[in-house]
Amino acid sequence: MFPTPIAQRSPSRQIAYKIFVPIALFIWLLPLVLIFKTSISPVSDINNGNIFSWPSEFMLVENYLAVFERSPAFTYFLNSVKITIPTVIISVSLACLAGYALAIYKFRLAIPLFFLFVAGNFVPFQILMVPVRELSVSWGLYDTVTGLVLFHSAFQTGFCTLFMRNFIRALPFDLIESARIEGVGEFKIFWYLVLPLVRPAIAALSVLIFTFVWNDFFWATVLTQGEASKPITAGIRALNGQFVQQWHLISAASILTAVPPVAMFFAMQKHFIAGLTLGAVK
Amino acid sequence: MIKRSIIALITSAAFVSTAFAGTLVINFDDPNPAPKAGFEAAVAAFEAANPDINVTVNINDREAHKTAIRNFLSANAPDITSWYPGNRMGPFVDAGQFEDISDLWASDENLSSNFEAIKPTMTRDGKQWGVPYTYYQWGVYYRADVYADNGLTEPATWDELLANCDTLKANGITPFTIGTKYLWTAAGVFDYLNLRTNGYDVHNALTAGEIKYTDDRIKATFANWETMLERCSFIDNHATMSWQEAIPPFASGDAAMYVMGNFAVAAFKDAGLTDDQIGYFPFPEITPGMPRAEEAPADAFFIPSGAKNKEDARKFLSFIARPEIQAAWNKTIGQLPPNSKSAINTDDKFIVEGFATVSTAAGLAQFYDRDAPAEMAKGGMEGFQEFMIKPERLEDILKRLDKIQDRVYK
Amino acid sequence: MADNFDTRSNRSWYSRNRQKIAPWIFLAPALIFFTVYVVAPIFQSLWISLYEWNGISEAKWVGLDNYVELFDDRRFYISLENNIIWLVLYMLAVPAGLFVALFLNQTIMGMRFYKSLFFFPFVISQVVVGLIFSWFYNPSFGAVGIIWEYFGAVPPSILGDERFVTYGIIFAGLWPQVAYCMILYLTGLNNVSQDQVEAGRLDGAKGWKMLRYVVLPQLWPATFLAIIVTVIGALRSFDMIAIMTQGGPYGTSNVLSYFMYETALSEYGFRMGYGSAIAVMLFVIMLFFISYFLWVMYKDEKGER
Repeated sequence: MFPTPIAQRSPSRQIAYKIFVPIALFIWLLPLVLIFKTSISPVSDINNGNIFSWPSEFMLVENYLAVFERSPAFTYFLNSVKITIPTVIISVSLACLAGYALAIYKFRLAIPLFFLFVAGNFVPFQILMVPVRELSVSWGLYDTVTGLVLFHSAFQTGFCTLFMRNFIRALPFDLIESARIEGVGEFKIFWYLVLPLVRPAIAALSVLIFTFVWNDFFWATVLTQGEASKPITAGIRALNGQFVQQWHLISAASILTAVPPVAMFFAMQKHFIAGLTLGAVK
Repeated sequence: MIKRSIIALITSAAFVSTAFAGTLVINFDDPNPAPKAGFEAAVAAFEAANPDINVTVNINDREAHKTAIRNFLSANAPDITSWYPGNRMGPFVDAGQFEDISDLWASDENLSSNFEAIKPTMTRDGKQWGVPYTYYQWGVYYRADVYADNGLTEPATWDELLANCDTLKANGITPFTIGTKYLWTAAGVFDYLNLRTNGYDVHNALTAGEIKYTDDRIKATFANWETMLERCSFIDNHATMSWQEAIPPFASGDAAMYVMGNFAVAAFKDAGLTDDQIGYFPFPEITPGMPRAEEAPADAFFIPSGAKNKEDARKFLSFIARPEIQAAWNKTIGQLPPNSKSAINTDDKFIVEGFATVSTAAGLAQFYDRDAPAEMAKGGMEGFQEFMIKPERLEDILKRLDKIQDRVYK
Repeated sequence: MADNFDTRSNRSWYSRNRQKIAPWIFLAPALIFFTVYVVAPIFQSLWISLYEWNGISEAKWVGLDNYVELFDDRRFYISLENNIIWLVLYMLAVPAGLFVALFLNQTIMGMRFYKSLFFFPFVISQVVVGLIFSWFYNPSFGAVGIIWEYFGAVPPSILGDERFVTYGIIFAGLWPQVAYCMILYLTGLNNVSQDQVEAGRLDGAKGWKMLRYVVLPQLWPATFLAIIVTVIGALRSFDMIAIMTQGGPYGTSNVLSYFMYETALSEYGFRMGYGSAIAVMLFVIMLFFISYFLWVMYKDEKGER
């Protein structure tokens, strides 16, 4: 193991390490700690420069309720859910199919197509912006949840396909070969043999895509305009215009925005990390 | 038989009217408490007067609205949207995205007779495109109590202003507050300096691209600005602040003056100031004898060409033009009603003073970023902001603006 | 007989060809989506960049004029310069992530929990990170103001000063990015071969030497991935600039991605053609990196089977 396990060091170093890790963590997360603290403090604390000290009064319920009462934060939040969940389902499904095709079949275009998905995943959003916006406008999808779902699904398909293809390729190929020799149809192989085996990959992709799409700000800015479809990330910017200098409310809204991906990460940690480190672990 | 068919007629009429009982979608651009309350009260009054019309309101942040309007006009048009007259409505009118409502201006007695003064700014290509619901004066808002404590009086001339600044600075008070993050506040200062240095015609010629930024007259404006920066310094860090974020130093008395539009008064009061603590004076005279022109931008409502319910939209526009509606609305938001038959709120000293200032002005400018084409405005205002922070770069900035001007007005 | 023959030939046609047809059936939905929303728009943008178009009126063909203007546009060079600063400084996330990972790669009580908390900044939206840091940087009532004043110094206006603004935003951006690289390295460290580390120890390699000659080579897959995501992250930086400064003061913190958005869709812009030209330039820069990544991946592919 590298570095040398702390257990092999002197007892004093061990204790020092055990004390230092939580301190480092606290410093690392200080911005989040402070914003959480602010979100449960009265506004006067900020105006008095009372940032680092204990809240003068606890306003957790009041502040969070105020965000919901005085702004459409709830609608934004709901929109985020309505955008994120279908996107995860669509993009992961498409990628299962495409990844299977690219991993199992040998045909001349397999590699070029695979690289197309990989490359598409890396392009700057700006090169897609004007045409995608025009397309959404002309299809009546501008400022709709559906419009965002379709775009995100398409774009995330690139990454998901890359992931799925590599995952399926690492499966034992003999299994599929022997199924073929048995005369099992191609779709049946996919459905009964491969799909059960890629369940961990589906889980990993789902949490990852959930986080990516939930946190998207750019496309929310480009493809939405109002409460009908604006997700919380773009909504919070509108709140920032509305709650000028009411940092306790902006902090509360920020915490609300951050909660779902954080909860998702905690619940599915193993899968999340497996997803992110694709390629780094073989 | 007859009875039955009458009943059928009535029910079908009822059916028809419910079927057509339109929803009217309005996009409004100000979520701040007072403007929102004024707007919502007008909508409520309209709904009470037209129970068959169901109004849906989208309120967006002002800065966000300016971006969103481009999208929603072509993609998902509401029935009515708020927007600005003058050059700012130009692109939409030219692209056919606003409905021509000259018919309404002609047929509606109230509109045709009580809006003479403001009609020209609503007119393009000889047609009218919107109905204004408010306008407001700009000027210098100051802390009356701070002035009194320092033995100062409202300045009428440039020298008096500078002398006031000297006193304030000597007593540890920053003369002016401003927040230039969104740039346009700096344009307000520029416009006033330019109007007072060179007058209304030069303002119009500059925004129309007829004179260069390196013109000696514009340089004279900047020379005065430099004097102002030195002797009447502005608060630090203004580039990171919105206009609202610049209010706290004013509210705390750390800064004494604010070049602003009258909409800010409500925000001053929200920050804890009382009427007695706030004073107003028109921006002082710089070039002696120069006729006094003022900034007095108007806000208006327009019907997008893509609106689904244009009939009710016209009803709404005609409704909000009524004298009593405009009076009540502007009383709430503390601004001036464009309708000449509307009573102004005489209990509001800012309205009384503002009305006096605006109605005696030699000319009314909309605003730098409304009078100049958008791209020029953006470049210009960035230049103003840079000048306020790095005045030594003036030559460079002006040359750059000339270059933008050459391209934008070609 | 004839009937029988027919069915057999049908079946054999399908069984002969199903290996060719099946992949296309599996691929079709993803390919259609991806073509419509990703591949085609790239070419459309190239095309639009040859027009002068305000998004509402008729588009006018101008050929390469947009590019000519771009190469004479000061704002383009400011954005480009900032993009380069972003690229270079954002790369600090890679060694910093390695450092944190090495620090945390121990087994003490609750270590799993600590690691996941360290990873937090990456999971939250950049919009939130941007909001947090704009408040921190506020010289009058943010953390920076209070800390500076505590030491009796005048707090700098980080987001209002052209000298600091880009660095301020990058610093905020590094926070989640370091977390990202850290997690990549933590997983990589799990897979470092024990035997080789032990062998290195026997050879007397310690600390830095061990890291340099034994561990780092084995971490190459993690490093490669960390570099990819950091390059992409740096060039995609948009959210934090939009939230924290909108490119200001006077355009000095602009980067190509925000400059493009501002030109094509914001209040004072709506020059779709010119915006597309900026996007094409950004795309060309990105293409340079994409090609390199694909080349590395391609070599991997060939080596694999």
